[in-house]
Amino acid sequence: MKKIRELLAERFFLLSALASSSITLVILAFMVYMGLPAMRGGGLLQLLFTPWDPFQGSYGILPMIVTTAAISLLSVAFSLPLSLGSSFLVTVIAPQGVGGALRRLIQLMTGIPTVIYGFVGIFLLVPVLRELFQYGSGMCILAASLMLGVMISPTMTLFFCDSFDRIPRSYLDAADALGASRVQKLVHVMLPSARSGMLMGVILALGRAVGDTLIALMIAGNSIRMPGSVLDSARTLTAHIALVIAADYESPEFRSIFTCGVVLYLFTMLVTVAVRAWGRTGGEQR
Amino acid sequence: MKKTALVRVALSLAALVLSALPVFSGELDSFKNERGELKISGGTAHIPVMKEAAQKIMTVNPEIQISIAGGGSGVGIKQVGEGLVNIGNSGRKPTGDEIARYQLRVYQWAVDGVAPVVNPKNRVTKLTKGQLAEVFSGKIDNWKQLGGTDRRINLYTRDEASGTREVFWEKGLGKGQISSAANVVVSNGAMKSAVAKDPYGIGYVSVGHIDRTVSAVSLDGVTPMIRTVQDGSYGISRGLYSNTRGEPSGITKKFIDYLRTSAGKAIIRKHGFIPVR
Repeated sequence: MKKIRELLAERFFLLSALASSSITLVILAFMVYMGLPAMRGGGLLQLLFTPWDPFQGSYGILPMIVTTAAISLLSVAFSLPLSLGSSFLVTVIAPQGVGGALRRLIQLMTGIPTVIYGFVGIFLLVPVLRELFQYGSGMCILAASLMLGVMISPTMTLFFCDSFDRIPRSYLDAADALGASRVQKLVHVMLPSARSGMLMGVILALGRAVGDTLIALMIAGNSIRMPGSVLDSARTLTAHIALVIAADYESPEFRSIFTCGVVLYLFTMLVTVAVRAWGRTGGEQR
Repeated sequence: MKKTALVRVALSLAALVLSALPVFSGELDSFKNERGELKISGGTAHIPVMKEAAQKIMTVNPEIQISIAGGGSGVGIKQVGEGLVNIGNSGRKPTGDEIARYQLRVYQWAVDGVAPVVNPKNRVTKLTKGQLAEVFSGKIDNWKQLGGTDRRINLYTRDEASGTREVFWEKGLGKGQISSAANVVVSNGAMKSAVAKDPYGIGYVSVGHIDRTVSAVSLDGVTPMIRTVQDGSYGISRGLYSNTRGEPSGITKKFIDYLRTSAGKAIIRKHGFIPVR
């Protein structure tokens, strides 16, 4: 009796695992299917290399791809040192009580809706950037990536904290016994042993940055031109989808946003695989 | 004891009747016995009028819930066509194809102008149509060329599904190009606040949205405002439409009818539009 029940439970879990993992594939298949007419009609190359100008019948999305890559990678670059610093502070430097309080504060920060960050960006960051650089409207790649960096930092910090917490106590004690300074302990003991957990944190944060729509929509400026500098107004793939979704269902510009979806999907997948592969080779070297 | 209770009931009844009397009068009477939900979305130029009308109706009868969303003309037509909302607003006439596909009923209730706007700090408030087209195509890219300060011009435009963009592009720019460097914002409100915050920006909004935070740019000597739109001297104008799928009924019909009553027209006028006769 017990065996049957166990078997049933096992099957049930297997099924749910299969179902949830296949949804990812179904979504990809759906987007490819919906995007196919646009890809076939104009050719994939045309989707990449013509400008976006629906009135002229061209639907190029290359500037949006470049912008998405630039904004998300920049935001991780801003957020990584910030998160590393705060996680080190929370787990090692700050006294027990303060560290705990800080961590709860950071947990609270993960729950702030992105639209709030967008508003803060519009009212505080954009005017400052405009006057500081005396260039453009201040709505630019830099503004969006700074704001996104702040947004993804709590996620990253919490992941870093968790992976620091999982380091065996004996490693840290050994480092202390050898007379290592805090910085030496961080660089030589904590970072190497927390590597895989930290990578997960970076991947997740990057995923949030790539997928976020509102911050980019509100403060990156949404111009359709290929950005020439971080101070240029530009449009991400997600913002592009949000803007074009208002178009007529039957129109080619509406169909083209499925291509954006496919690109977005492949982009996140590629980054995840690349970061994991990089993490693995790094691990073997040790 | 019994007497005081009676008096109290009578008093509160009287108070109720008195407080309700002035509200329960005139054009809003037809909403008295209605209940239910009315969903409106689409054109963002329409929103101030929609909001005030909805507020008035919901004050008279709290049983009616009216929700108003933006999204632009394209969204309005699409959502009403898909049956997601009861009324889809648009700042352009739906195309013949859209009307046929969704069996739309189209109700125009106002005429609206679309005006170029700049920051109040900007000294440049007069342009010719030729200059306007050159500014938006990016040919003129510094305020100095127009007699302003030596700073680059920041262009603001709307997304492609916007009815405001369509009329501005067609009648304001003569279907001229809009520079690909232009920032894109998603509503009339967002356009207004973008230009209100950017001393070097230029954009365009529905005349009904112009207030002290932005200044309207006169074109070929004609200042965009209700009077010039009405007498036809300011040419960049369009109708404001509310569309339904099939023949409207119930609250939907009453809402559209309300916009055409004298009280509705007063609301429309108050927000800077010209009600249709």
